[in-house]
Amino acid sequence: MFAQLGAAIAAVVLLSSPALAESKLTDPQIAHIAYTAGNIDIAAAKQALTKASNKDVKAFAEDMVRDHEAVNKQALDLVKKLNVTPEDNDTSKALSKQAADKLAELGKLKGAAFDKAYIANEVAYHKTVDSALETKLIPSASNAELKGLLQTGLKIFQGHEQHAEHVAAELK
Amino acid sequence: MQPGRLRLIAGVLSLAAMAVPAHAATITIVMENLVVSPAEATAKAGDTIEWVNKDVVAHTATAKNGDFDVMIPPKKTVTYVLKKAGTVDYYCRFHPNMKAMLKIDSEASP
Repeated sequence: MFAQLGAAIAAVVLLSSPALAESKLTDPQIAHIAYTAGNIDIAAAKQALTKASNKDVKAFAEDMVRDHEAVNKQALDLVKKLNVTPEDNDTSKALSKQAADKLAELGKLKGAAFDKAYIANEVAYHKTVDSALETKLIPSASNAELKGLLQTGLKIFQGHEQHAEHVAAELK
Repeated sequence: MQPGRLRLIAGVLSLAAMAVPAHAATITIVMENLVVSPAEATAKAGDTIEWVNKDVVAHTATAKNGDFDVMIPPKKTVTYVLKKAGTVDYYCRFHPNMKAMLKIDSEASP
């Protein structure tokens, strides 16, 4: 539990670090962060599909793969249309690093322990991403279509957060 | 598909349409950007609800009381004939932040 909280706090701190607050994120960076955040959740869900034992947890993981792939496809189509090349940046790098650590940590767990840890992390991760979208990415986005996509993404991911909370409650 | 078969299907469809009692209505409810509109709709038992999903992700219309659980794939329209009267709260199982309500009156006598 403390490890989960620690990870969530680390991510929040990361996404709201002074370095980021000072320099406004550009659209190519925002696109990269949003896409990376989606890919991280797809990777987590794919791990869950091979390891989860509870059927609701598996169904949730399937939903995550399907939704995040759909949103990321839409993001790719948009950057192509806008002729924007997503630009790697410190936030994307930090998110990826943290996600790799989490995958390794969850990879050691089995059965019900894995199910609980995966869903708890999904709640925490979606909270972090939703908060970053609300306070940082959406306000910083310049292009109206990119902003619109992020706003719809936020509602989808808030839905995931609630869905994950329901599944977590059922596991208890 | 052969044109003859298409005509046959069209014929069967129009027959089916004629079989529907005159008072049965179709109510369109749109799901767009995770918003259900109208969020509150009134219908009668026997009416058809037509859920239009304009989003890139799948949604469901899932009744809290278990009366229906309809899946609406991305960019698709799914119809469902209301069977029972009652006030039914429904939500999307994939995105529980999507909530709406149907007020279903008893079927009108012909």
